[in-house]
Amino acid sequence: MTVPLAGPSPLIDAHAHFYGDQSGRADWRDLNAARFRAGERIGISYHVASVLGSYGFSSPTYFPSPADVTAGNDIMLEIAEHERRRVRMYVTVNPNYSDHAVKEIERCVARGAVGVKLLASRRADDPLLDPIAELAGERHLPVLHHIWQHRRREWPSQEISDGADLARLAARHPRTNFILAHIGGGGDYAHTFPAVVDTPNVFPDLSGSGVDRGMLDDAVAALGASRLLWACDLTIETGLAKLRALETIGLSDDAIADIRWRNAVRLFPEGSFSLETRNAASTSARHSPLATRHS
Amino acid sequence: MIDVSTFVGGYPFRYLPHPDPGALLRVLDREQIDEAWVGHLPSAFYRDPAPGNRELFALLAPNAKRLRPIPAVRPDWPRWQEALRDAANAGAPAVRAYPPQWGFGPHDASMRELAIAAGEIGMHLILTVRFEDLRQRHALDVAGDLSAAAIRALARAGNAVRLIVTAAGREMIEEVHWGLTPAEQQRVLWDFAWVWGPPEDHLAKLFRTIGSRRFVFGSQWPLRLVQNPRANLDLLPDDVRDMPLGSVARDA
Repeated sequence: MTVPLAGPSPLIDAHAHFYGDQSGRADWRDLNAARFRAGERIGISYHVASVLGSYGFSSPTYFPSPADVTAGNDIMLEIAEHERRRVRMYVTVNPNYSDHAVKEIERCVARGAVGVKLLASRRADDPLLDPIAELAGERHLPVLHHIWQHRRREWPSQEISDGADLARLAARHPRTNFILAHIGGGGDYAHTFPAVVDTPNVFPDLSGSGVDRGMLDDAVAALGASRLLWACDLTIETGLAKLRALETIGLSDDAIADIRWRNAVRLFPEGSFSLETRNAASTSARHSPLATRHS
Repeated sequence: MIDVSTFVGGYPFRYLPHPDPGALLRVLDREQIDEAWVGHLPSAFYRDPAPGNRELFALLAPNAKRLRPIPAVRPDWPRWQEALRDAANAGAPAVRAYPPQWGFGPHDASMRELAIAAGEIGMHLILTVRFEDLRQRHALDVAGDLSAAAIRALARAGNAVRLIVTAAGREMIEEVHWGLTPAEQQRVLWDFAWVWGPPEDHLAKLFRTIGSRRFVFGSQWPLRLVQNPRANLDLLPDDVRDMPLGSVARDA
């Protein structure tokens, strides 16, 4: 059996996405298959994933209509139920439709959703998010919130929030845990760490296409390994690169295990994951020599 | 394995940890990379790159066989031809230019002259599409990305031209490649430091459509993790995983 690129110990991708036939992309099956292919090669134990409405096909990705929210969640439910071995689900909601959001959370949690996904439909500190955050806290569901690292102005197609915005929401809901999305996903992550350091229920994920040197070091130095979650979002290769980089910045095996999977196990509802942890100390994400494959 | 896109020196818009030759050598050892082509990062933001070039050669002199200096040549500066000749005489395999940072438009005549002159003496011209993601740039960092039109114009400048374009994404690579004749396409190599892997599989799609031999390994260290392009190769689908990369050898 081939050893996974990221080693045999557990690995949870806390920020993933899947697609369906309503996503407006003819290649949606290929995208889902590619995520599973790369996940198997790396050694991802679980993809904790959401479907973002219609991804812009019939309502905007970051402002999904209630109908698209429901349709997307239905697709995600189907994938999670069919891929029980390796997929868990966030229920996506739009806080501008509070009643619908609450009902969607209840509906999808009853079928196995383990977290709530918020996009950029409303600023993170808006009171409209309060009933969602409250319900998530009651059900022990972490809330994964899309974040733009350092919001300096408005950008099109999103009502962006940054770490400071999310910290204000998190401070109002100290019993709810919030996953701050993709420190490598755009904007200035250097702003995020001091913005959330004093808000202990905010847990940044490492995903995003950004692989700036110093980003991981600064995240660990500012927040500690117990506050960080490994994740990929739309670029799995950057996830693998970050795993390999984590091994070079002087972290202990325990700290790496926290980031790889233990923090996720702590954040999501008890029993969300079934993990074989006997080999957890072996976390190597080392690569084989490139020269042997590519001249 | 050669990393064609590395730098030493600081970056004006954010702190970089250890952007020095010693750290780069350790990275090359760790990542099993034989050689790096090294630019002087501050020079991209100097008006006159000459002092930065002198500093680059001095910094890399103790390890110049493994850390190959890639000086910058600014073709609207007096006596730039001497700077190019000096670079060639010093054994540099390429020179760098930064048209957006120097305020050049996409059809700048001096850039065409530089591309042709460098090519005629067997040197690549290395271009940088971007140093950072657009969404995190400093308020003073207003140069913008190198445009596809600028790359096409240089690739069309003459038979001798040899470009290495770093830090482009899939859309730009495709826009340039399919906007060139087959002969012109052969004048352009790309690194894939900013090209997405799975699940979008942009790198795999590019390998299938324009060919893996149009790509070379480049990381943009110390700005970005050197592990990223390697991870991208490691995650290629089976049908393209063993495709060979291009070569920066002059006759490739």
